[in-house]
Amino acid sequence: MTEQATGAHHPQPRARTVGHSTPAVEHVTGAKSLIRSLEEVGADTVFGIPGGAILPAYDPMMDSTKVRHILVRHEQGAGHAATGYAQATGKVGVCMATSGPGATNLVTPIADAHMDSVPLVAITGQVSSKAIGTDAFQEADIVGITMPITKHNFLVTKAEDIPRTIAEAFHIASTGRPGPVLVDIAKDALQAQTTFSWPPVLDLPGYRPVTKPHAKQIREAAKLIVQAKRPVLYVGGGVLKAHATAELKVLAELTGAPVTTTLMALGAFPDSHELHVGMPGMHGAVTAVTALQKADLLIALGARFDDRVTGKLDSFAPYAKVVHADIDPAEIGKNRAADVPIVGDAREVIADLVQAVQAEHSEGHIGDYSAWWKDLNRWRETYPLGYDQPADGSLSPQQVIQRIGQLAPEDTIYAAGVGQHQMWAAHFIDYEKPATWLNSGGAGTMGYAVPAAMGAKAGSPERTVWAIDGDGCFQMTNQELTTCALNNIPIKVAIINNGALGMVRQWQTLFYNQRYSNTVLHSGTGEGGSEPSGGTRVPDFVKLSEAMGCYAIRCESPDDLDKVIAEANAINDRPVVIDFIVHEDAMVWPMVAAGTSNDEVMAARGVRPDFGDNEDD
Amino acid sequence: MTSYNNPAHTHMSKHTLSVLVQNTPGILARIAALFSRRGFNIDSLAVGVTEHPDISRITIVVNVEELPLEQVTKQLNKLVNVLKIVELEPANAIQRELVLVKVRADNETRSQIVEIVQLFRAKTVDVSPEAVTIEATGSSDKLEAMLKMLEQFGIKELVQSGTIAIGRGARSITDRSLRALDRSA
Repeated sequence: MTEQATGAHHPQPRARTVGHSTPAVEHVTGAKSLIRSLEEVGADTVFGIPGGAILPAYDPMMDSTKVRHILVRHEQGAGHAATGYAQATGKVGVCMATSGPGATNLVTPIADAHMDSVPLVAITGQVSSKAIGTDAFQEADIVGITMPITKHNFLVTKAEDIPRTIAEAFHIASTGRPGPVLVDIAKDALQAQTTFSWPPVLDLPGYRPVTKPHAKQIREAAKLIVQAKRPVLYVGGGVLKAHATAELKVLAELTGAPVTTTLMALGAFPDSHELHVGMPGMHGAVTAVTALQKADLLIALGARFDDRVTGKLDSFAPYAKVVHADIDPAEIGKNRAADVPIVGDAREVIADLVQAVQAEHSEGHIGDYSAWWKDLNRWRETYPLGYDQPADGSLSPQQVIQRIGQLAPEDTIYAAGVGQHQMWAAHFIDYEKPATWLNSGGAGTMGYAVPAAMGAKAGSPERTVWAIDGDGCFQMTNQELTTCALNNIPIKVAIINNGALGMVRQWQTLFYNQRYSNTVLHSGTGEGGSEPSGGTRVPDFVKLSEAMGCYAIRCESPDDLDKVIAEANAINDRPVVIDFIVHEDAMVWPMVAAGTSNDEVMAARGVRPDFGDNEDD
Repeated sequence: MTSYNNPAHTHMSKHTLSVLVQNTPGILARIAALFSRRGFNIDSLAVGVTEHPDISRITIVVNVEELPLEQVTKQLNKLVNVLKIVELEPANAIQRELVLVKVRADNETRSQIVEIVQLFRAKTVDVSPEAVTIEATGSSDKLEAMLKMLEQFGIKELVQSGTIAIGRGARSITDRSLRALDRSA
């Protein structure tokens, strides 16, 4: 089983496979063939932690000059770092862990990557193939555990299967709708002698993603676009994944239709562009939410009608016909029926749509959206995004985030955690280019920011990377700052410290009669929310960060804001952490309460926008 | 599991899917997990190898409306080891189930039971003083009718296979998938 004397039975390299081929057959261990495979697929960075079952792989890893291994402090950090790396670079992120708890610690980042369609390959060690199923030490059925949260996964028990499996994993992760793929390799397969040659022949007869859209559907969509009176381009993360932002700009400017970019698509269309009406959804801009509600045509591109965008589904965009383009056929018609379904890669779809719309224009069919823009512009002027300064002179979290965005160098990458600070970062930083905004959209994984920022910086060392984090999130994954300090990954972290689990607290304020059950982080039991801003300062984030090798400062006054941000931007030889003590009662607006219709969007507390509905009727 | 003792046939309807899969470890788990995760109800499921040893055929009967059925098919298609899915319409397919049923019997009732068995072209496969064991194949409707007739004597034990189905006519649904597999091998 494990010994293969010659390469006679090895599949012949396929001529049309790309990448430089290594015709010579190398006699190696399974572990070495794994590292050689990673080198051949172009994996330059692996985030991971060794342990018993994966140990054989770490020996040849030490000799590789092409694969850089970054030793993280927790496997969850490895997974999110690989995700951040992938989102920032567009390449496949790679993380590695041992069997049992090492592998189960990857479950959260794998689920996160699955929800956000991030190309990720997770490699885990497994106990020896003969011990599988015996409840051996550090055994966990990670293939069974991750089945529902991976695009695909593999259990490898034979050394000769390793190169082909790695090639297949990278192919599946990065093509079609991207997603995480887990490769679980038994320890005896890593230890056995085998041969290595590259490229292997992929054996995936059931995997055939469709990228080329149907011409008839494209023409149908173009027809609807020029006939519509109130169209909206509803742009999702698929446009970023497909690198279709240039094509999107052409389509938007050609049609003159408003563009809304979802949380996963920030940066797919310039925020500053006059056709951009903001982010839709539960905390979307009033104009974007309302545009979808009043539209007569939605052109959904790489978006999936997530509940955080649609609100109550049966009252979402009630007047709209739907053109729905996605590379995943299962997304089309899943939540909202599509009048024109288009299966294809967003880049090809949009490029084809541009041609089809041009053809309509040349026949004199041009959409007239002037009345629509009059409405949109009125809403934009009346209900812009904004915030109030705290009356007590304390720091406003929105202002902190806004100033970070305004003072950051060009091409800065922002990685957010999950909660209020995430929504403020989505609102008050301008995203002009793709791959500038990383966050956990679908899964809503608190603790995403620090490790994702680390992965982004490791993949793009020339760019500035700011993690916008909450004090709740920060306490989940901050140990990766040690990894950053020791591996020359100088990220910057802004802790938006309101001393509470802010978003949950906001819901308690609005829907639970201000009973702050277990959302105050900086006081002990029994105190409720009565502590003054700043609380106990346990833990002391400045001391904590200093202990992990970071430069750390605290900022409590608006007067110091620009100074500390400039200071952080000037330091590039180690990670920087700023503990911004902000007002605890600040809330995220606009808001559509969970389970209600998007027609009920509130611009601010108690402020229901007036859309002149009565005139319309 | 089957409609045999399932009271109301609401607005849902039954659909028979033939799913060709690569014969890899864990494929059944992947399919079963997909159904449970997405909240689809399986009425019956039968697995076996095909004329090609590398391909298994899974026949799944689902009880869903039209739109969720589309989701079932699309989600199944996303599984990397799934090669092909075909819905077999009842009019154009032969569908069969197998039941083995142990019915209470004595000298008085045995002949009546055997009569029913003959009526449904079933077989008596085992006889003892207190019971008769019957083997029957057929569509689920036919088997349902037979079981209803046997109920009055007392059903001691019942085991039932999932539905298997094959399309009518000369065409074979495996042809193209086999070619795809041969190409990649």
